[in-house]
Amino acid sequence: MKKAMIYSEEHKKYLKKQRLKIALVWLLRIGLLALLLGFWELSTALGWVDPFIMSSPSRVCKTIGSLYNDGTLFYHIGVTLLETLIGFVIAVVLGVLIALALWWSETVRRVLEPYIVVLNALPKIALGPLIIIWFGTGNKAIIFMTVLVGLIVAIMHMLSAFIATDKNKILLLKSMGASKLQILRKLVIPSSFASFISMLKVNVGMAWIGSIMGEYIVSRAGLGYLLVYGGQVFKLDLVMTAIFILCILAAGMYFLVVLLEKVLVKNTES
Amino acid sequence: MEQEILTFTDVKLTYHTRRGETTAAEGLNFSVNAGEFVAIIGPSGCGKTTLLSLAAGLLKPSAGVIKSHGSFGYMLQKDQLFQWRTIEKNIFLPLEIKKLNTPEHRERARNLAEKYGLKDFLQSYPSQLSGGMRQRAALIRTLATNPDILLLDEPFSALDYQTRLNVCEDVSAIIRSEGKTALLITHDISEAISLADRVLVLSQRPAHVAYSHELDFGEVKNPLKRREMPQFSEWFEILWRELNG
Repeated sequence: MKKAMIYSEEHKKYLKKQRLKIALVWLLRIGLLALLLGFWELSTALGWVDPFIMSSPSRVCKTIGSLYNDGTLFYHIGVTLLETLIGFVIAVVLGVLIALALWWSETVRRVLEPYIVVLNALPKIALGPLIIIWFGTGNKAIIFMTVLVGLIVAIMHMLSAFIATDKNKILLLKSMGASKLQILRKLVIPSSFASFISMLKVNVGMAWIGSIMGEYIVSRAGLGYLLVYGGQVFKLDLVMTAIFILCILAAGMYFLVVLLEKVLVKNTES
Repeated sequence: MEQEILTFTDVKLTYHTRRGETTAAEGLNFSVNAGEFVAIIGPSGCGKTTLLSLAAGLLKPSAGVIKSHGSFGYMLQKDQLFQWRTIEKNIFLPLEIKKLNTPEHRERARNLAEKYGLKDFLQSYPSQLSGGMRQRAALIRTLATNPDILLLDEPFSALDYQTRLNVCEDVSAIIRSEGKTALLITHDISEAISLADRVLVLSQRPAHVAYSHELDFGEVKNPLKRREMPQFSEWFEILWRELNG
């Protein structure tokens, strides 16, 4: 129900103050960024630090320009983005399905628990050589690495959410004669919604770790490839450029999840 | 002869855990007649909730027989409304579970909600309602499938005192006017006296019915009025002594 939109003077003042606060925070955020970039540019321009090692904002812009002129800018971005997104989706879907299966059967859960714990603790990069041999040096290996990094996190996150379902609400449904499938559909899944969103947020980060790590070990294209290549030939401009683009992409993907959350939460209201 | 709608005969229940076994109830005998409001009180930890789970068929007795004629509606301590569903959708939940989600049944449930003052809240979410209103919605949800027997598991204990008295009034009026049979378990003696036709006192574990009293309030069913009557404090004293004896 909407409340009437008639406010007292005092409340209007309060709202104005709040808006000012938000504006101030944004101003400071952007100001800080400008300050950092400006300082970076200035310190290389004045020769305080060596631009060959530190690069600089203007050099990053130039590098982006030349990559664009080569026609390779969007190619590299596309390659990495695709690997990341495919890996992300597979890890999330598979993770949720496996978590559901583990919720369903306590026996299976108890049998598999130590395996999951070990796989979670294992640094996935240790599997690098195996991945190269099994999947070759193409996209498949990188996507596999991305899935591997995100999958266990997704499983553990969702399983703990499913298990944390309110016991009394389960009792309530049982007293209505609900089957296990009904309990799952009417209660366990909808009540895990908030955890699902937070799992997505965590897994955005995991997917980028996975894809860049994958490109580190087997790459012929992509942002991870630019990073490795730039490092090897001492083109720090290229390294900084790749990092800069990664920042933008990762932030963009995160905000997409936040957007998704806002759209979905409208229908659930908590 | 009144019709017995729920009967416990020599019921025994033993819990098994890794640490050992506990006999929660033994030699449990009682019955509830159709249209009757029975309250069960007992010392804490005597297995009151177990008793309702047995009645609802969620637990099987280790020995003895539980007979019931009719369907159950279970109401728990907290309202347990699903926060992602509107009040209306919450009230329809048991219809969905029991595959009774037809226009007629929905209409009946909606009428019930409107009759008992939830009309303006049907499209609201639980978080927008007060504790008292939420508990009322929980009762309407319990009544949605038109059960014959209501099992009430300390349905007021999560509310503050003021709300509690009001919701108690509410629930009593609704159950009486719908002519439902009710089995209430509570640790609150005054609640039992103000609501029930008959009060059963359970013993310490293993639980059995130690005392049974028909309350003599005549035709007075209203909880607040009962609280003002002279018998009220007498019953309180008797039950208090039996609980602690």
